[in-house]
Amino acid sequence: MSLEAAPVEVNAQVPAKPVKADSPWRIAVRRFARNKLALAGLIIVILMFLICYIGPLLSPYNLYDYKLTDKNLAPNASHWLGTDKLGRDILLRTMLAGRISLAVGLVATIITVLVGATLGAVAGFYRGFVDTVIMRFADIFSSIPTLPILIIMGTVLSDLKVDPSNRIYFLMLMLGVLSWMGLARLVRSQILTLREQEFMLATDALGLKDNRKIFRHLLPNTIPIIIVSATLSVAGAILSESALSFLGIGVVPPTPSWGNMISAANNLIDFRKRPWLWVPPGMCILITVTAVNLIGDALRDALDPKMKK
Amino acid sequence: MTEALVEVQNLKKYFPITGGVFSRTVGNVKAVDGVSFTIHKGESFGLVGESGCGKSTIGRTLLRLNDKTDGKVLFKGQDIHQLSKSQLRSIRPKMQIVFQDPFSSLNPRIKIGEAIGEALLSHGLIDRKDLKDRVMETLKICGLAPYHYNRYPHEFSGGQRQRIGIARALILEPEFIVADEPVSALDVSIQAQIINLLTDLQAEKQLTYLFISHDLSVVEHLCDRVGVMYLGSMVEMARKEELFGNPLHPYTKALMSAIPIPDPTLKRERIVLQGDLPSPANPPSGCKFHTRCPLATDLCKEKEPEYRDAGNQHFVACHYA
Amino acid sequence: MAKQTVETKTLVEFKNLKTHFHTSAGVVKAVDDVSFSIREGETLCVVGESGCGKSVTAMSLMRLIETPPGEIAGGEILFEGKDLLKLSKRDMSRLRGNEVAMIFQEPMSSLNPVLTIGEQICEPLILHKNMDRKEAKKRAIELITLVGIPRAEDIFHAYPHELSGGMRQRIMIAIALSCDPKLLIADEPTTALDVTIQAQILDLMREIKTKVNTAIMLITHDLGVVAEMADFVVVMYAGKVIEEAPVIDLFKDPQHPYTKGLLKAKPVLNQKQERLYSIPGQVPNPVELGSNCHFHDRCEFCMEICKTKEPPLRIHGDSKHKTACWLYEEEGKVQ
Repeated sequence: MSLEAAPVEVNAQVPAKPVKADSPWRIAVRRFARNKLALAGLIIVILMFLICYIGPLLSPYNLYDYKLTDKNLAPNASHWLGTDKLGRDILLRTMLAGRISLAVGLVATIITVLVGATLGAVAGFYRGFVDTVIMRFADIFSSIPTLPILIIMGTVLSDLKVDPSNRIYFLMLMLGVLSWMGLARLVRSQILTLREQEFMLATDALGLKDNRKIFRHLLPNTIPIIIVSATLSVAGAILSESALSFLGIGVVPPTPSWGNMISAANNLIDFRKRPWLWVPPGMCILITVTAVNLIGDALRDALDPKMKK
Repeated sequence: MTEALVEVQNLKKYFPITGGVFSRTVGNVKAVDGVSFTIHKGESFGLVGESGCGKSTIGRTLLRLNDKTDGKVLFKGQDIHQLSKSQLRSIRPKMQIVFQDPFSSLNPRIKIGEAIGEALLSHGLIDRKDLKDRVMETLKICGLAPYHYNRYPHEFSGGQRQRIGIARALILEPEFIVADEPVSALDVSIQAQIINLLTDLQAEKQLTYLFISHDLSVVEHLCDRVGVMYLGSMVEMARKEELFGNPLHPYTKALMSAIPIPDPTLKRERIVLQGDLPSPANPPSGCKFHTRCPLATDLCKEKEPEYRDAGNQHFVACHYA
Repeated sequence: MAKQTVETKTLVEFKNLKTHFHTSAGVVKAVDDVSFSIREGETLCVVGESGCGKSVTAMSLMRLIETPPGEIAGGEILFEGKDLLKLSKRDMSRLRGNEVAMIFQEPMSSLNPVLTIGEQICEPLILHKNMDRKEAKKRAIELITLVGIPRAEDIFHAYPHELSGGMRQRIMIAIALSCDPKLLIADEPTTALDVTIQAQILDLMREIKTKVNTAIMLITHDLGVVAEMADFVVVMYAGKVIEEAPVIDLFKDPQHPYTKGLLKAKPVLNQKQERLYSIPGQVPNPVELGSNCHFHDRCEFCMEICKTKEPPLRIHGDSKHKTACWLYEEEGKVQ
């Protein structure tokens, strides 16, 4: 056996350090953790979730506690953030609104990612006719002005007297369906580049099947950009929801959302005299969106496929 | 002579150049323009030439990683380009490729063990329970250690990655391997390791190689027969001893004299070719080499030289050779 | 340097240069205590494998090390007697391109794609030589002709993408020569080129050296190129100089086992070898190298002392031939 020589070489060329596998993910986590600003963002977002989901359970009040005697109270010992014109506790409402806003942001993003990544991957992998059809669809969707459509949708829903608690599902769906195009384009272009890499040529040479090529070889390599883009789109969805609710066509009262709470600022007297009505939800939007964007930017650096150390 | 394993007959591969508003085809890059050769069982056939001469395209078209434009590629008598998708898939394990770039040829998110074993599993050539042992064994044959199984590509150096690439091809027990510049991205001391590994494997497993390289000295060391390509055409082909001992084509001579020899006392008469490689989209008329050939005459500009046997299985395409 | 003749004056002297990079894994001593000198009008080749510190040495001379993560941690680089590491930023940028010029491996990315060739050659002339546009153009066309490009006038107005790799490398050389540098640093100038084009560029560099008498520091991994170009050779391994000698001595009588291995590992045209000699293993991880001979774990002559103590770079025998290897030291011979 002429190959006996090979194992002899092994000892010399392998630095005897069988450490744990350093996966690309672990490296990314390590790099992310080095970014202090992003860590702060992450902590803020986690706190926001905890407060919104656990906070209400600890509150002595209830969403439908109308207590007109206590209306428009400034912040005080029993109502830390004051009350609104119906005597409801602003702190409780802000927390419950946070549940809605965060949920809308997340679910809309999940829809965006599912639709966008799948269509993008299929378009990029099969190219040709499939690609053309999907991308023209994306073009059409991109050329629909989002805000008017959402406003029309909102009015239609109001006209149909859809139950306010069901409205948020429509809103999630609409926000998701109207924003998958950007991600689809990103994933598609990434897959087009990846396809040209030699390791994809190798999968051809090895005779692997299409589904393995797409799901095991191509998509995992696009997950970094999907994660980054999804993070940033959570922020976008929260903002869109707030804007629509502010205009009264997104989440409508009595269901609270940060957006429809801010609409209190529409009233001149409330705006000038009772800042506790709109400052807390406004600050929540500002803080959450900033924190999410910080995370997104840090993820972009941490997941850089070039793997710079 | 032993039987032919791969026969390439008048192979052509053109890449269309599209242009204009409607992306019509406005021309063709003639990457491979009518090349024929045969690779016998158990031999190493070398293809040399400068960048853009079409040597890599041949390697890929031979394995049908590209579609051909014209001609035939017979693998054990079967035309590779006539096979159906499933027939092609079932023949894939028999013919493998090792790539040049050890960095882009491995998927950064797949562990080495999986990358080497996945094709075996996918072709149903092994039971899942035996897979790990088999991969470990192949790792060892290729000079890697068992604990590399769970590592990711970025933890390896260029030379080790190339070993992984070889292991990935080898585990399928191929008969024919296209080695596309497998050592040109590596440092000299590592190149020798990989070349020796390829030589050992060939002896051990009776492999047949198509070895593609721009480095004549590596080809001379490793190959039995060598073809020299220029702008998509084969200009000379012969047994190694014949080609390096008695090169006939002026391009081969120039190529050989251009290689720096690590001996400062050696004073050589060097043929320095003038000018650059013409574009394969618009190759010169007649003999494609006439624009840079020190011996070119009017005949060369007008008439394409015939690719003929100059005796002793030494083929050459030159009017004056 | 006792018996050195008068005409070879030292142009550059690296004295104990240390260039370190701070990475998350630890400090990488890319250049670790490197000393050698380049004499006027001489071609000095620095050879070594990737990661041996040969490029970093040149970049340190140009003061082009990005800080952080890089840092010149010690030593001196004397250029005509003055320490480059102590120069102000302004003096240094005057020196770059003027007295020291550099060409890189990638002729594609070292030219700006949106400027014409002419503009890029004229720029340093106007900047460093205070020429006006007309003079600069005249000189530029002379330079383009000097580097062997026909139709200089046309090329002057061309954009980089219209030229082939070899032509671009010629242009890079023309730009480098524009201010008559005393030292030309060429970092793997032909690695990205085909052999026939490499032969052209090497010829050109040799020709230019005799014409303008500049010293060349040629960085390469190809011993063939070294044999053709060098007067003097420095071999680097893992951040250290392990051997230096005049070119004829080095090829005739290589001393360090690494140098010997490199020479044997590359197949040579028309020399039949059954099996290539291969240096086992690979270049060590540059982080946390101990104070020993960094080659010890790949060396077939490895002794106990090699694993624990670093060999000094010293003359053994021949007057200019230095080697850092215990095999040639008293300590090594005793064992």
